This record gives sequence, C-alpha cells and structure tokens, in this order.
Amino acid sequence: MFKRIAFTVNGKAYNFEVDVRESLLDVLRSHLGFTGAKQGCGVGECGACSVLIDGVPTDTCIYLAVWADGKDIRTIEGVAEKNGELSDVQKAFVDEGAVQCGFCTPGLILTTTALKESGKDYTREELKRELSGHLCRCTGYQNILKAAEKSLEGHVCTCVDSPHYKGE
Amino acid sequence: MAYTVVGKSVRRVDAVAKVTGRAKYTDDFSERNMLVGKILHSPYAHAIVKSIDVSKAKALPGVEAVLTYKDLPDIRFATAIPGIIEAMATDEVGVAELKYSTAGHPYALEETHRDKEDRNILTQKARFVGDNIAAVVATDDLIASKALKLIEVEYEVLEPLTSTDAALKEGAPLIHDDCEGNIISSKGYEMGNIEEALKESDHVIEGEYETSIVQHCHLENQVSHAYVDSDRRIVIMTSTQIPHIVRRIVAQSLGISWGRVRVIKPYIGGGFGNKQDVCIEPLNAAMSLAVGGRPVRLELSREEAMIDTRTRHAFKFKIKTGINNDGKINGIYISAVSNTGAYASHGHSIASSGGGKFRYLYPTKALKYEPLTVYTNLPVAGAMRGYGTPQIFFAFESHIEDIAKKLNLDPIEIRKKNVVKEGHVDPLSKNTIRSCSIRECIDKGRELIKWDAKKALYKEQTGDIRRGVGMACFSYASGTYPVALELAGARIVMNQDGSVQLQLGATEIGQGSDTVFAQMVSEVLGIPMYMVHVISTQDTDITPFDTGSYASRQTYVSGMAVEKAALEVKKKVLTVASSMTDIPAHLLDLKEQSVVFKDSGEKVIELEVVAMQSYYDRVNAQPITSDVSNNARINAIPFGVTFAEVEVDMKTGKIKILEIYNVHDSGKIINPLLAEGQVHGGVSMAIGYALSEQLLFDEKTGKPLNNNLLDYKLPTIMDTPDIGAAFVEKEDPTGPFGVKSLGEPPIVSPAPAIRNAVLDATDVAFNRIPMNPQRVFEKFKEQGLI
Repeated sequence: MFKRIAFTVNGKAYNFEVDVRESLLDVLRSHLGFTGAKQGCGVGECGACSVLIDGVPTDTCIYLAVWADGKDIRTIEGVAEKNGELSDVQKAFVDEGAVQCGFCTPGLILTTTALKESGKDYTREELKRELSGHLCRCTGYQNILKAAEKSLEGHVCTCVDSPHYKGE
Repeated sequence: MAYTVVGKSVRRVDAVAKVTGRAKYTDDFSERNMLVGKILHSPYAHAIVKSIDVSKAKALPGVEAVLTYKDLPDIRFATAIPGIIEAMATDEVGVAELKYSTAGHPYALEETHRDKEDRNILTQKARFVGDNIAAVVATDDLIASKALKLIEVEYEVLEPLTSTDAALKEGAPLIHDDCEGNIISSKGYEMGNIEEALKESDHVIEGEYETSIVQHCHLENQVSHAYVDSDRRIVIMTSTQIPHIVRRIVAQSLGISWGRVRVIKPYIGGGFGNKQDVCIEPLNAAMSLAVGGRPVRLELSREEAMIDTRTRHAFKFKIKTGINNDGKINGIYISAVSNTGAYASHGHSIASSGGGKFRYLYPTKALKYEPLTVYTNLPVAGAMRGYGTPQIFFAFESHIEDIAKKLNLDPIEIRKKNVVKEGHVDPLSKNTIRSCSIRECIDKGRELIKWDAKKALYKEQTGDIRRGVGMACFSYASGTYPVALELAGARIVMNQDGSVQLQLGATEIGQGSDTVFAQMVSEVLGIPMYMVHVISTQDTDITPFDTGSYASRQTYVSGMAVEKAALEVKKKVLTVASSMTDIPAHLLDLKEQSVVFKDSGEKVIELEVVAMQSYYDRVNAQPITSDVSNNARINAIPFGVTFAEVEVDMKTGKIKILEIYNVHDSGKIINPLLAEGQVHGGVSMAIGYALSEQLLFDEKTGKPLNNNLLDYKLPTIMDTPDIGAAFVEKEDPTGPFGVKSLGEPPIVSPAPAIRNAVLDATDVAFNRIPMNPQRVFEKFKEQGLI
C-alpha cells in the first residue's frame, strides 16, 4: 500500500508516494539519496540513523516514513552552510578529534546541533545523558564529549553549585 | 629529530567528509532496484541437513534464485553469462572438497603454514546456531525474508558441544570429521627447562584465569555488493580491512582464478579485526553468479552480525610461576584452552600470537606455553583487537598481582624487577628489543594516578563503598614478522603544481592511517598537508599490493613503504632540480614547496617549476612518480601500562572506574590527537571487556541469548569514565620516523588493571571477566562479604 506524504528535508519540499511499510531511513537513503544517515542496528539501539524531525533527534530506522508527513527534517547533509562552511558543531568535531570511522558521527553531530540550538544549559552529566543514545566503538566517547562541550560553550555547567544545577 | 609535520596533531584528512555525510560507505553505493540476498541460518548448533526443499521459495514471485550447499561452488545456473561456466570448470573439484579458510592472513607458499581450510560457502552440516544453510536472492528485502521461511529443511540434530570441556571430553562427537578430539592444534613452545626452573625457585605459585566471548560491535555491519562486469569478472564492493586478501579468498572459495575477482573497499564503519576475515563476500559473489551476474546486495542485520561473523576467543588459563624471595621470576608455565567455535578462521594463530607477544615483557630462564585450540558448536572466533593478548595478559597480570600479594611484594617493584631491557633478543622469534621505555611508562602512570598516596589511603577499608588502585603492563608487536609476510605497497604521483596523490594498499578503517601516511609524505617532500591527496578507496585492480590493516602494522610496516615511496620521489625531484641548476643533488633538500640548499636552507628553485619541467621538458620529460613495495623483515616491540582506580559498591556489586590512565611506549607519535583517540577507543573497549560485555549462549542448545546492542552491554557514553592517555616517546631505530605500533595495544592491559584495583579495594580476586554486577555480587556472597 502506498500513501502520499509531503515533508521538507533540509529546507527543500518533497511530495511523493511511499510504501506504508517503509521506514523514514529507507526513504531518506534509498529514494532521496541522503546517505549520511546510517543503519547500525535497524531497531533503535545505536543512534547512527538519527536525523532531526522538527528539531528533535529521532532514530529513523524505527520511524515510519508516513509519520513524517508534514514534518521538517534535517539530515547531516543540511548542517553545513550552503557555501560549504562547516557549522560550529562540525568544526568542533573535526578539531577535537571526535571522528574516527565516522559511522556514528552524523547522528552525534545532529543531536549536538539540537542541544546547541535549544539554548539550554546542561551539566556534564546531563550532556552525557543526552548523547547516550548514540553508540560509538572507536573513540571511547572522550573527544565526542569534548566536541559537544566545545559546541555548547557557555552552556555547560561544570560546577555543582551553579544556578542551573540547583534548579534555580 | 625535529620534524615539521610529523609529531603534530594535524586534522584528519577524512574529517570533513565524515562530518558532512559525504564520506561514502559500501551501502551508500547501493543502486535502486539492486537485488537483495539473505541467508538461511541454522537454528541448531549441531545438526545435519537430511533434506532440503526449496521449491516453494523458488516459486514465490520476486525470488530470483535459491542456493543450497548442493549448488556450490559449481553454480550450474551461471550459464546465463557466457564464459563464467568455462572459468569455473578449470578447477575440477567436488563440492565437499572445496573448503577454504576465511582468515585474513597473507597467503603462504608453504602448505604447512596455511590456515586450516574447513569452510564451505553453504554447509550441509550446521556447526553453530547461525551457520549458513541456504540463501535466497530476491527483488526486495521483504520477499527475500518471506522466501527464507518457505525453505523446508529437515535436520538430524546432533549433540551440541557448547563448551571446550564438552568438546574435549572423550568420545565427544566430532565437529569436523577430519579433526580428532576437536583440537585444531596444540602447538606451543618451551624455552629453557621449566621443571628445573620451578624446582630452583623459592616459591611456586599457581593460578587459574578465564576470559569470555565478546564481539567487535563496529557500528557498520558486514555489507557488500557483488556483480559480474562486462569483462566477466566478479566485482565486489565490501566493508573490509583486507581487500587484496578478500580477492584471493573469494576466488579460492569458488574455485576460480584469482585475477577474475576485483574488490573495492570504500570508507568502512569500523572493523577491529572482524573485517580481517572474509565472512560474506564468497556467498555474495555466488549470489550474483546465480542470477546471471546482476548486482546483489548482502547486508547482515546486527543480530546476524553478532553471531555469524567473528567473536573474540574465550580462554582458560592455568599458570605456574617459580619465583625467588627477592621477586625475581625464574620460570613460567602457562597452559591455555582457546575456544575457537565452529570453524577455525584465525584458529590457533590467536593462541600462538598471544603467547608470542607475551614473551617480550618478562624474559625468564624458562618459559613453557601449552595452548590448545578447540572447536565448539558456538559462533566462530577470529581476529579481534589485541589478537590473543588481552586474554593472556589478563591472566598473567592478574597472576603476578596475586603473587605480589601472597609474597608481600610491591606490585610495581615485582614488575620492574622482571620486565625486559633494551638489547634483549627473543630466543624464538629472534626479534630484538631495540627501544624499551616500560619503566618510564610505569613511573609516569604511577605519578598520574597518585599511586602512593592512594595506596596508603585505601588500606584496610571496611565500608559499603570501597576504593582501590591497580595496574598492569603489556608488550605487543608491530606487525607479524617473523610469523607472516609483511609486504606493503605505496605509490606516489606528483602533479604539475608539486602536489601529490598517495595511493596505498593499507586501508583506512577509522584508525587514521591515511592521515599519518599523508603526514609522512608531507614531511619528506616539504609540502603542506593540503598538497597530499590520499586515495582512500582501495581497488585491487589499481591499488598497490598490501596485505591490509591488521596486527597494528599500518604506521610501522606500511609506513616504511610510504617513506620509501616519498624518498624516491624526493630523489627524483632533486635530480631534475640538479639538472636545471647544475647544483649537485646531494647538496639539495626539499622545504616549504621549494628545493633548497641542505645546509643553509637557502631557496634554489620552486618545487612547482621542477614539477612542470618533469612534465613538459621537450627532451627529458618524465613525470615524477614512485611505486614501491616494502617487505618488512623486522619488528619493533611496543610496551605500556594501565593504572586504574575503582570504587566498588559492596552491596550491589557495581564497579565504577574513578580514574584510568594508559601510558604507551609506541616510539615516536606521528599525530598525538589521533594517537590519543586510539588509546581512548582501546581502553573503552577494554572497560567493556572487564566489566560488562559477554556474548551469552544457552548451555544446552548453544542458542545466542543477547546478540543485539540492547542486551549485549556495550559501554555507552554514560558508562565510560574520563580516560587518560599518555606517551613516553622514544624513537625506535627500525620504524619510519621512529614509530612503533599503537592501534591494538591500548586494549591489552586495562582489564587486569581494573581487576587488580578491585582486588586492592575488596581483597577479592576475580579470576574471570567480565566482572559484571551479578558476578561480583555472587562472589561477594560466596565469600561472606554480604
């Protein structure tokens, strides 16, 4: 069974029919060519397939394409500036050595981007929790955390008596 | 030596491609409407297929082919492509005889040195839950899955041997008919006279240690595409560490000549040794042949990949050490039983390699190693980061801690008293320790963790939360010499502007080898990094021959080829420059994109002018290139140490790592940022090995219980503490720019260091990993602590 859906990906509008059984990941990768979203497990365990749906990091392997009707989607291909300049988050991942094999990288950059754009403050532990939906086997997460902290500069509370930590 | 680019944390050459999603991995090359292959896995750990009926599956609309062991490897239906069948027919071998080894080792001309050939592409006898019985090719995933369910198989179920004890029991059924006692090999070694050495010792101390089966869990599962090109050759794009070896093994598995296979390796999403094996490519090739050479995609699911690729061998060790009152070790006896699972794959090499690399750390008068590699009806064990060393070092570094405790010796002093010194020649491999900073590594780690203060502070604890510190050392190797061939290839082409393309047989798998190779070329040729273009994709038709990425060999072994290729280009540039300037070449050097005087650094001529001359001189034009191979008949031994501080919750059995430092003697570090990244990743994997990871199986049936990323406890960012990485940089005289290996070493020593810290905190010796909360809790209960 097919259903017509309309959504935007990285600002561009799409309107076409999808098989109702297809995941958003399948549609993004196979039909639209957004191969930056990766499949690592297919069941929402690893986070490699994450994109931002209306700004929220989401595992697209367990998100049906038909649910994306009317949504605004952002993939890794839409993070850099149109002129090719990397975003601050991408720059931080490059500079801090947060990239090794690169398979988990797009998802982590998108989640970090969402955190940065939220404008909220995070403690280090909260930041780790926010990123914990992404598995990485290469980096031991050390430089990923550094890159995320650098991306959120000014919004990471490191001291326990910060107003944020006290819930003020 | 002072370098310009070597030793600097330059940006990864593939970083931008990877943060923008432009880096393409195998599945990113999928074409729409590509056929899909799927595998029918055995539900039984040990069974024989009595009958198999594929007629219903074949009749399903959308199914293009169904394969069973009966069809392979002669693939009668390949006649659709004229020429294929003739090619196949050149090797007149029967189905059952065409067995091959999947291990990613260089081919050996000597038959005795080859890996055990015990595998068919599809099998009539299932040897583990997940074994490959049949396969389908269909127009899409759903049809392929449905077709699998329509294949009717009648099995005769045999007794599953789910442990080495069961497999070694007298009268146990044979997993492979030609393998008596289910033992692949028992080859070990003996140096000196162990009986005498033990007799002469003041103390003989014994211990038993055990490690578990774990899995690589690279984020990208095994995936490949295969088709037959217009030249009637099989082309396979695959996520592999070893493209040239894949080419050979696919050809061997199908009984065709090696030149009929072409393998392409794009970016890969991690390997850790699991892709130093040829798991899916032969079947993928057969699938394409079965449908007239049309492209077929074969991708394993996570659940399949966790049981039907490779795992890390579980080991059981018994150790006896003879030691004097002053802490000097006289002799060590180690027996080991290695569980290799259903097929040999790397088989006994793992046990041999662990025992070989262990030998460098503590040279003693006598050392006897008796390993046994045993088949069981569990998933196949193969290469995994560390290749046998995390197992043996867990055992021995736990054991030496137990000895220190028993004899009331300082754990650091006992190690320092026994560790190797520079100049030592290993009596068996004849490898010489030409650089060794293990003592300096120990001192640095001791300082970083504030060992002495904490040791004093954590004495005699009694509360519910207890803390402790522990350490462990290791030795490793740089590549496999003298065990296997260490051939590497590199090719450089200089462009008109003086920039170069660098082509390599060694594969970038995330470790950063492309970047450090580019740094080497940049250093030798005096050009900036942006002028070195690394061709990251390997294609066996085009790429220089190199056996691939494994054994921590790239920077050391392939680096030699890269340096050699760069030096050849440099020589040619200086020769052309000399012919243009009449200045003898030996007075010249390359720096900042120019030919300069070696002594003063004064500029002679711009590199670009020389490069243009090499392309367009009416008489002498000859573009500057090099294409070299290097056969490294040498090895350099890296060392290192882990220091860990833990906090143990006595009520719940939960172990928390408070601080952990790995200090490495890996010679010169080419790129500190990337090197730290290797240490972080290795330590993190080792923390999982020590505390949480284990592939579990039903003891009765051999069925996997947690082959997914939810139930298999891979560390998340929440579980991973801050990891400290430090280096003692002393250049090794044999390595390019003084390097020794670093890729695998970080995983070797953290597990015993953590175990020793837990011992320090609780007085309880855990001789089996992982030390997960359940096991810790049970052990505390057993010891009456709770």
